[in-house]
Amino acid sequence: MFIDRNIQAQEAATDSATKRRFRSRPAKQAVLTLLAGFVVALILFFLILPTLIIIPMSLSTTSHLQFPPQGMTWKWYAAYFSDPDWMAATWFSLRIAIATSVTATVVGTLTALAIVRGDVPFKAALHALSLGPMVVPHIVLGVALYLVFSPLQLTGTLTGFLIGHTVLAVPFVVITVTAALQRLDPALELAALNCGANRAKTFFHVTLPNIAPGVASGAVFSFLASFDEATVAFFISDVGGKSIGRKMFEDIDFNLTPVIAAASTVVVVASLFLIGFVQLLAKTGTAQIQAGVEDL
Amino acid sequence: MMNIQASVQRPSRLATITRPRDASRFAPLTSWLLTLPLVATFAIGFLYPLAKLVTLSFTNGAESYIRLGQDALYFGVMTTTVVTAAAVTGFCLVLGYPVAFAMTRLRGKAALITAACVFVPLWTSVLIRSYAWIVLLQRKGIINDVLQDAGLSVHPLKLLYTQSAVVLAMTHILLPFAILPIYATLRTLPPDLARAAANLGAGAVRTFLLITLPLSLPGVFAGAILCFVLALGFYITPALIGGPGSMLMATLIGQQTTVLLDWPFAAALSTVLLSDALLIVFLFRRALSLSKGFHNVH
Repeated sequence: MFIDRNIQAQEAATDSATKRRFRSRPAKQAVLTLLAGFVVALILFFLILPTLIIIPMSLSTTSHLQFPPQGMTWKWYAAYFSDPDWMAATWFSLRIAIATSVTATVVGTLTALAIVRGDVPFKAALHALSLGPMVVPHIVLGVALYLVFSPLQLTGTLTGFLIGHTVLAVPFVVITVTAALQRLDPALELAALNCGANRAKTFFHVTLPNIAPGVASGAVFSFLASFDEATVAFFISDVGGKSIGRKMFEDIDFNLTPVIAAASTVVVVASLFLIGFVQLLAKTGTAQIQAGVEDL
Repeated sequence: MMNIQASVQRPSRLATITRPRDASRFAPLTSWLLTLPLVATFAIGFLYPLAKLVTLSFTNGAESYIRLGQDALYFGVMTTTVVTAAAVTGFCLVLGYPVAFAMTRLRGKAALITAACVFVPLWTSVLIRSYAWIVLLQRKGIINDVLQDAGLSVHPLKLLYTQSAVVLAMTHILLPFAILPIYATLRTLPPDLARAAANLGAGAVRTFLLITLPLSLPGVFAGAILCFVLALGFYITPALIGGPGSMLMATLIGQQTTVLLDWPFAAALSTVLLSDALLIVFLFRRALSLSKGFHNVH
């Protein structure tokens, strides 16, 4: 903090020196800054507007959005929470996302350990494989999984979704845990080993508590990756087992009602709470490690 | 200042003292066991399905691929896909750069609002954002209302189910993927360079064009590759927002599998899309290492 302030003071000093030297510039500079600020504000508005628009839509009394809004109603929320089809899809997706989060976190954490601390050949290939699902177009993976699941009658089942979504979620865990492990000083683990702890004890008492924020963010990202996923879900759903992504897709495609907006608002608010939780974890957990290394 | 130096050097010095490094590493057998869950999961849920897909595409020899190469219709779809992805990438860079630049300069509340505007959409599902664009663009949607109220058009315009709508929505969805790599690069540029240029008499525009922009090109490049690869395989948005005339590779695959049920041909299309994406990622893997770790979209 002290260093930061020092640098800022230096910056301020240099800036004012620059300004003094070019007296004719400030007016031009100010116009330029104002213009740039306006452009950036417009782009930010473009970025955030579509996410915000679903809120008035979900409260609108008419089935299309009007400005200014004509009154407001909770009926679309009531419709969402009382529709058995929406509820079935929501619960099914929640179960898939929780299960995915558990399996992806375990698989991803073990992989990250092997990548950072392991002694295996083809480490680069292993790393590339673990991130592979991020670059394969989801429609390709969706079609491929359907081809395998369909004859095995795994479409529309928890098992099928769990396999597909775990594959999609593992990269997020590998990334967050690898980063956490790389920040952890191996000397801490060595110290534990020197003091007589075995590998397992060292892992559970030294390594895991230190990488916990990374593991937790990985778990939350996997949960969201699964819950928000729609393309693969589109292909591996069936009449009996539909994820919320597939249900939303169908409703948007066939009967565009504000119930979709109500469901979306619920999902977005819940996601933001989860993300906020992760940010909080990451801040408190890694603050000390980061303070020493990253800010420089 | 001495303090900083000490804390930077400490870890690396310790690492050299505590060699042999093998003590902090797992034994080969443990390491192999650690990779086992990944290898098993990916063999079942990733590699085998993709292998099956590629095999299926060769069911009747190379027939599907010959059809793909000879029919002008499919060539048109591939061209549209590449052109759309390129347009989306271009728009993302043009719109993303100013935001990334602002993120490095803003402090306090403004910085927080900017970050929220970049990250909240990133954490909103693609499906929900595509739906929001339908709400905005439909015949009785807000944009048409505004246009009519402003007297710019008499009748509601057909905005939805067009190629422009697809480009607009995809640009919106992929914009954070351009902003973040550019921001990551800009953030690491020492402010001294721009200040030196200013001290030597260069104006803000000149400093930007001659110093900041060239130095941030690796981030721009990484953002471009990321946007382009993701745009190539986009399914949800064009399927919901695009019209029948604006078929892309992904929507064509969707049509082949859900309507026409021509699986070998869909497999061939998928294989082409897969190899394009993998080829681009492989060729530009070093540029991309800048940008891994962002939430995926599709």
